Amino acid sequence: MKKQLGNPGLWLALVTTAAFCVWPALASNSAYARETSFTILKAVAFASSLNILLGYTGYVSFGHIVFFGLGGYVGFFLMDVYGVHLAVAALAGGLSAAVLAFLLGRAILRLRGAYFALATIGVNEAMRAFIKNFEPFGGPIGMTLNFRVYQSYGGPDRALWIAYIATALLTILVVLVSFLVKTSRFGLGLMAIRENEDAAEVMGVVAPRAKTWAYVLSAVFPGMLGVLFFFKNGNVEPGDAFVLHQSIEGIVMVMLGGQGTVLGPILGAAAYQRLRGLLLVSTLFKNIQLAVAGVLLLVIILFIPAGAIGWLRGRFPRLRRVLI
Amino acid sequence: MSGEPILQVQDVCKSFGGLRALVHATFDLPEGEILGLIGPNGAGKTTLFNCINGIYAPEEGRVLFRDQDITGWKPYHVARLGLARTHQIVQPLEELTVLENVMAGSCFGHEQRPLREAEEIADEVLNFTGLAERRNQLAASLNVAQKKRLELARALAARPYLLLLDEVLAGLNPTEIAEMVEVVRLIRDRGVTILIIEHVMHALMNVSDRVIVLDYGEQISEGTPDEVANDPKVIEAYLGDPKLAARFMGED
Repeated sequence: MKKQLGNPGLWLALVTTAAFCVWPALASNSAYARETSFTILKAVAFASSLNILLGYTGYVSFGHIVFFGLGGYVGFFLMDVYGVHLAVAALAGGLSAAVLAFLLGRAILRLRGAYFALATIGVNEAMRAFIKNFEPFGGPIGMTLNFRVYQSYGGPDRALWIAYIATALLTILVVLVSFLVKTSRFGLGLMAIRENEDAAEVMGVVAPRAKTWAYVLSAVFPGMLGVLFFFKNGNVEPGDAFVLHQSIEGIVMVMLGGQGTVLGPILGAAAYQRLRGLLLVSTLFKNIQLAVAGVLLLVIILFIPAGAIGWLRGRFPRLRRVLI
Repeated sequence: MSGEPILQVQDVCKSFGGLRALVHATFDLPEGEILGLIGPNGAGKTTLFNCINGIYAPEEGRVLFRDQDITGWKPYHVARLGLARTHQIVQPLEELTVLENVMAGSCFGHEQRPLREAEEIADEVLNFTGLAERRNQLAASLNVAQKKRLELARALAARPYLLLLDEVLAGLNPTEIAEMVEVVRLIRDRGVTILIIEHVMHALMNVSDRVIVLDYGEQISEGTPDEVANDPKVIEAYLGDPKLAARFMGED
């Protein structure tokens, strides 16, 4: 552990996150900068979580947003109906996502390649359909947070800052966990599975167990993130919680920065969100910004399948110690 | 030299559709021995390995490893008991370094070492197998001979009791073969029991204490390398029946 904390790659990842994602909002103290930063942090945390499954373990999840949505719903429900504190709600959201991932892991992680990817889409769509018809969660209309809830956090403005700070801390935690997984024995097992699952099993990697835990770990943080996001939003509805294209954007971000690296998803998420911000305000691209994401994914897969960090690692082996 | 059986294969059968790949395979492998397994292509040698280490579950029969019935166990459970193997078609973890490949062997195999100890063991094994210079290269960048060595190093890093070697000599040139044979002997001298499949006959006959011959899934011969080499059934399996050939010729 001590040796791991001295790793320059970890500090580069943490400093990158803090400097480019958190600092601008704190320095300017403006709501606009905070919202921009929130979007980026959410993307960084989501992409880094997804990377544990996609990058380290080699399993492509097209429906990862289901954990964000479910966690968000569960946490929101607890805050709205039972008046639970945000921190507790976030933990509950993370836990519910973890439980779902654990159960799913047992069922669909036996599938490989495209079959697993298809199953994850099915899970997301099934969950959306279920929530839409689940009356305690407000059915198709969803739920709106009682305004009074914000009062207990010192008013709406303060509540939004609290949600923001919590998201920033959560993102830092995700990056730390991502690093610890990557440099651990567990992570070595995951990468062995990614490279060759049959060979990994012959070597003694208990693949079903390792994959399930990777899936659980990659689901916990999106679940918590969902709670923070919908708390900030003030309402939650099925159409916002289980947006399939956000899953795909997650994959784009991971691939852009470099799957299987700690730093890659951070940079990929930040870069993609900046790009998306620019596209949304441009008259030419604002309606086709998702098409740009699709083209981007295609270009990455065709020309730099390892992503930006992966490409640098391959090109300059000396940098491998830092660009972890 | 040889002691109690470390591996007992009893009446193991396995078929694929209508093809009987293994028919009542039965043998004991005493501790400390090098047992060779030969036979024409498709004789069921690799299938036998797969039945032993859990890739396939045999349809009939039992496999005992160190007096424990491991029939139908998963490969990772078998690995943890101290049984390691190499693959005929090399299966390196390509995007990981040579060191990481070998460390994985140590981390997840028999001894379940933590990372730091695994690194020490891996370095020692890399020296032993002559891969030390390639330590930080990606496994994908190795040539065939080096990849064969990597397979072996990864299996050894687990510190197994029993090692299954599936054609570690195939595709190597004569110098490389001589080196590899030497390595196999050294492994045995360290107390590891070895079951080896090989097509490079002179090398196998040289290194094995005993040899089993499979043909169409059946054990057709068993004995010392000399006995097996002079067994008419073995010659027939490899070359076809000379008398039968003559008879066909006569009918024409």
